[in-house]
Amino acid sequence: MLEDKDRIFKNLYNDLGADLESAKKRGDWSNTKEICSKGRDWIIEEVKKSELRGRGGAGFPTGLKWSFAPKKVGTKPHYLVINADESEPGTCKDRDILRFEPHKLIEGCLIASYAVNAHKCYIYLRGEYYNEGAKLQSAIDEAYKANLIGKNSSGTGWELDIYIHYGAGAYICGEETALLESIEGNKGQPRLKPPFPALVGLYGCPTIINNVETIAVVPTILRKGSNWFASLGKPKNTGTKIFCISGNVNSPCNVEEEMGIKLKDLIEKHAGGVVGGWDNLQAVIPGGSSMPMLSKEISENITMDFDSLVENKSGLGTAGVIVINKDQDIIKCMARIARFYKHESCGQCTPCREGAGWMWRILERMAKGEASKDEVNMLSDVTKQIEGHTICAFGEGSAWPVQGLLRHFKKEIIERNNFDPLVKDNKNIPYLIDQHILEEDIKNVKG
Amino acid sequence: MSLKKVSKEQPDKFEFSDENLDLAKKVVLNYPTGKKKSAVMALLYLAQKQNNNWIPLAAMKYIAKYLEISYINVYEVATFYSMYNLAPVGKYFIQICTTTPCMIRGAYKLVDVCKKNISEKENELSGNKNCSWTEVECLGACISAPMAQINDDYYEDLNTKQFESIVKDILKDKKPKAGSYRGRVNSEPEKNRQTLLETKNA
Repeated sequence: MLEDKDRIFKNLYNDLGADLESAKKRGDWSNTKEICSKGRDWIIEEVKKSELRGRGGAGFPTGLKWSFAPKKVGTKPHYLVINADESEPGTCKDRDILRFEPHKLIEGCLIASYAVNAHKCYIYLRGEYYNEGAKLQSAIDEAYKANLIGKNSSGTGWELDIYIHYGAGAYICGEETALLESIEGNKGQPRLKPPFPALVGLYGCPTIINNVETIAVVPTILRKGSNWFASLGKPKNTGTKIFCISGNVNSPCNVEEEMGIKLKDLIEKHAGGVVGGWDNLQAVIPGGSSMPMLSKEISENITMDFDSLVENKSGLGTAGVIVINKDQDIIKCMARIARFYKHESCGQCTPCREGAGWMWRILERMAKGEASKDEVNMLSDVTKQIEGHTICAFGEGSAWPVQGLLRHFKKEIIERNNFDPLVKDNKNIPYLIDQHILEEDIKNVKG
Repeated sequence: MSLKKVSKEQPDKFEFSDENLDLAKKVVLNYPTGKKKSAVMALLYLAQKQNNNWIPLAAMKYIAKYLEISYINVYEVATFYSMYNLAPVGKYFIQICTTTPCMIRGAYKLVDVCKKNISEKENELSGNKNCSWTEVECLGACISAPMAQINDDYYEDLNTKQFESIVKDILKDKKPKAGSYRGRVNSEPEKNRQTLLETKNA
């Protein structure tokens, strides 16, 4: 288990108070000027050496991302955008940072802005987090008042303004380019990449977009050194991470732990174990709803880091662990997740807009035992038709959980669904043709 | 994509109050010159707050004029995002998260409470017209499941009985206290906390 001295978010449970004075006692803002005076290249190099990977789901190396921003400001200003549109089912880590460690985020904003030459920083906060937004705003006001940000931020001579932009309940705005569209006052529909936001982003200007947790850990990394951060976890999967353990556990909670901790330890030590005991475990979704589930057998020994989860055909995502025990109907659980994706698809790409609805409807039928057996393969086919055929990663996000279900629970689906296919003759019929018409044709031929 | 119904009954006129005009001016300043359009989401929130939790078409036209953008630009934003209500929802708007993490901890029991006490169907006003309810997608408080949002506040760790009394209070126009209903502190594990123990006891 990670030792308390190595935890970055000392106020995760608000034992110490979130205001500026308490935050300073924890070491925030203590030598921001000194850190910035070491220069942009040093900051980016340290972040690179720490091997920090983005905490928003994709796990892209943060230092590398920062280095994509143009070295010199040209005719267009640079922007830093913080993605606080936390909407992935199973994830609620950023909420606690916004509520209880806002100064870590704000200080991170200053350092990151300095490193990528940005004078303006927008924090895109999901609209539902109204109270969290109010707390963040009061922390920003405190920072302005203490001259930590503003005209001459923390005495660095760097000018920085931070604004909160509220979203309005669209999951897709967590996708970085949809988020930019949303800030520009449009519908949140993702843009094609390239061009990547680092060169053409907000208002067509170079923009670096990072998750709340990614930015909030940066000041501590620079203070304690990249070696310290890199010594935690595993190679290429370094540092600490806030895990959210929800679902059928005895004590659902958020906890900061070392990357590469065993999933079983996480559930048993921190979250009080599975309801009904470990043997009652059915499946675990390891990284927010977009990531394919893990069976009990895999959950037994898996470690929670980007690479080992990918090896097991899943992903760390946002580290929102959803535990599902045997009292739950697994098909129904996934049907509800499919409904989520159906509801949240932005409607821009046909495979996702239509396919998400297809998957949902088929899964609802499967949960009730009303699907025909050949629909199992059809469902798998639909997921393959969506995956990789959309502008953004939402397509994968909606298809993967269904693929995970089919990978581990195909037997259950087939057992429950004994409906005979409408077309009984074993013909090679493409699924796109309406089966009821075919059936009539067959009747006519026979009649 | 969600389908949203625009109310058939619409007021003829909408104008920001003086207070909201001030706020609107400030919001526009958050964005670079010439990028007033960015403020459209914030202004829609202001209109929604001012107009008893919903946005009439007149307000969209007003905002379009205010920001010097076309009406359709405002309309498409208002219909795209789920948090803008385009029909009356009452003074208290109850949103129950029913996505999987909440579902497996009993969110549909909360839905039943609403069906019994408020209205059979979602998005329908209660008998006394002061509240309505709806199922929503993940509200980002999964470790506090099941939970519901009433206007701006989160009500967490609920059970059926507690939620029923919350709903009854609301029907009587009383605002119950927000937060966890199992008395737990923020997002720490309820039992047997293993981390940051020194600060806890400090």
